[in-house]
Amino acid sequence: MKALQRFFEVLKKKSVLTLMAGFSFLTAVSAMAQTAPVAAATPVTAAPAVSPISAGDTAWVLVSAALVMLMTPGLAFFYGGMVRRKNVLATIMQSFFLVALISVQWVIWGYSVAFGPGNDFAGGFSWMMLNNIGAINPAAPTIPHYAFMIFQAMFAVITPALITGAYAERVSFKGFVVFSLLWAAVVYDPIAHWVWGGGYFKDALDFAGGTVVHMSSGYSALTLALLLGTRKNFKKESMVPHNLTLVLLGAGLLWFGWFGFNAGSALSANELACNAFVTTNTAAAMAALIWCLIEFLHHGKATSLGAASGAVAGLVAITPACGYVNVGGALWIGALVSVFCYMAIQIKVQMGYDDSLDAFGVHGVGGTWGAIATGIWATKAVNAAGADGWIASGHFTQVLIQLKTAGATALYSVVVTVILYFIVSKTVGFRVDAKSEELGLDLSQHGEEGYSQNLG
Amino acid sequence: MKRIEAIIRPSALRAVLDGLKAVGYSGVTVSEVQGHGTQKGITESYRGQSVEGLLPKLAITVVVGDKQVNKVIQIIARTARTGEIGDGKIFVSPVLTAIRIRTGEKGEKAL
Repeated sequence: MKALQRFFEVLKKKSVLTLMAGFSFLTAVSAMAQTAPVAAATPVTAAPAVSPISAGDTAWVLVSAALVMLMTPGLAFFYGGMVRRKNVLATIMQSFFLVALISVQWVIWGYSVAFGPGNDFAGGFSWMMLNNIGAINPAAPTIPHYAFMIFQAMFAVITPALITGAYAERVSFKGFVVFSLLWAAVVYDPIAHWVWGGGYFKDALDFAGGTVVHMSSGYSALTLALLLGTRKNFKKESMVPHNLTLVLLGAGLLWFGWFGFNAGSALSANELACNAFVTTNTAAAMAALIWCLIEFLHHGKATSLGAASGAVAGLVAITPACGYVNVGGALWIGALVSVFCYMAIQIKVQMGYDDSLDAFGVHGVGGTWGAIATGIWATKAVNAAGADGWIASGHFTQVLIQLKTAGATALYSVVVTVILYFIVSKTVGFRVDAKSEELGLDLSQHGEEGYSQNLG
Repeated sequence: MKRIEAIIRPSALRAVLDGLKAVGYSGVTVSEVQGHGTQKGITESYRGQSVEGLLPKLAITVVVGDKQVNKVIQIIARTARTGEIGDGKIFVSPVLTAIRIRTGEKGEKAL
């Protein structure tokens, strides 16, 4: 009896150990609720009696999942190089940690809410822990269900990571974790369901996530940048990128990984995937050229940051369009996104808000342009399962569908982000205190130095 | 004893050290600094925004006996000079004492 009392005393004092013990217990319990083996369960909808699994398609989707996974560390470097030295690790950590956090959230309930059966707003929880998911997902009948699920997982991972660019250098790790988890659960998962999971906007054309990924994160980013306020000494202190070589490395990894993001979204190793691959590369390339040209005209010098930013903007804009447009469309989409995003960034400076790494300027604006551009340049000649946009059909129908989807996504993202901001601020805290911000997040949040001088 | 501190272009360091070696010098400390004099800073550009940056320079410090001060100043000035704006400056200040840590010697013997 006394031993038991002592045990509980220790647990009360060592709250961290208690948390770990409790968590281990929960994990053991849930592990005993076995996930159903993929092949044995019955399909959810009326799938064909014989569903031929294609080895080529499966291989391509698995490789694509790995390519998309690499984009998150790529983003980590892209953002990490842009912040000041004292915040580099914290910035990288945010992206890296999300690979872990959302990977777990996805298999427990995220996939179920995004792609499971439910209503127009969201799937339910019937696919929690991947139970009952059936041999295939009807959206991808030639690959095992797990391949589709894990491919989608990587999209869910990178989306909240995009938002970190807006609040760089000024939020606590705790606040970031809680916000990102809640955001993934109540913003990303439903929106993915609306567009890809058979929900409200199943008629929208969003091949790989211009709306679902870039608009949702971009508008949420803008919201947080406004709510959190500017960095301390913003405009008074020099806040230039501390290591552009990392930025360029990250941009290269993103471009590479994006082939998986876009061409993998064909969910098959076929001509459509090839079209997506080619339009992706073309739009990125054109956007990079045009951004450099704009810089040259505006400031007399093309910069490496500009080339990287242009390429990323082009990749964002082509994301919804890549499987619906041809090379001509890709060139236009890439060229114009650089114009819009470059202007958006200059407007941001004039307006004075601190979207530190242009998460909205590139992903929000680029994603919006991409969604609309898809409505303009989509053609059934490229993808019979798509639609004819304005140029191919002469009608605005698809453009209006795109605008509706974009508007709903932006509005929902903003409203829910506001609510989440207040929840997080009032509970675990979101913005760090001035001293921690001054010291730098690497030391204040993680007790680490990115480039340890180790003078002693 | 005097401390001679010279702010020079990074590209001048090798010439300065070779010049000092020729007359024998006992030690030097070099650090990387940023700054500007009449030479204005360089304009950098980040996503369309111009930022005034400082210029990288080197600060070299030697402590010498009073008898060598003028010779060392001349050598540094000669080897670091290009004739362009931005060559730098030399400052001389008095040193109260010097101690060699290994042996404990004091004064000019420590140099």
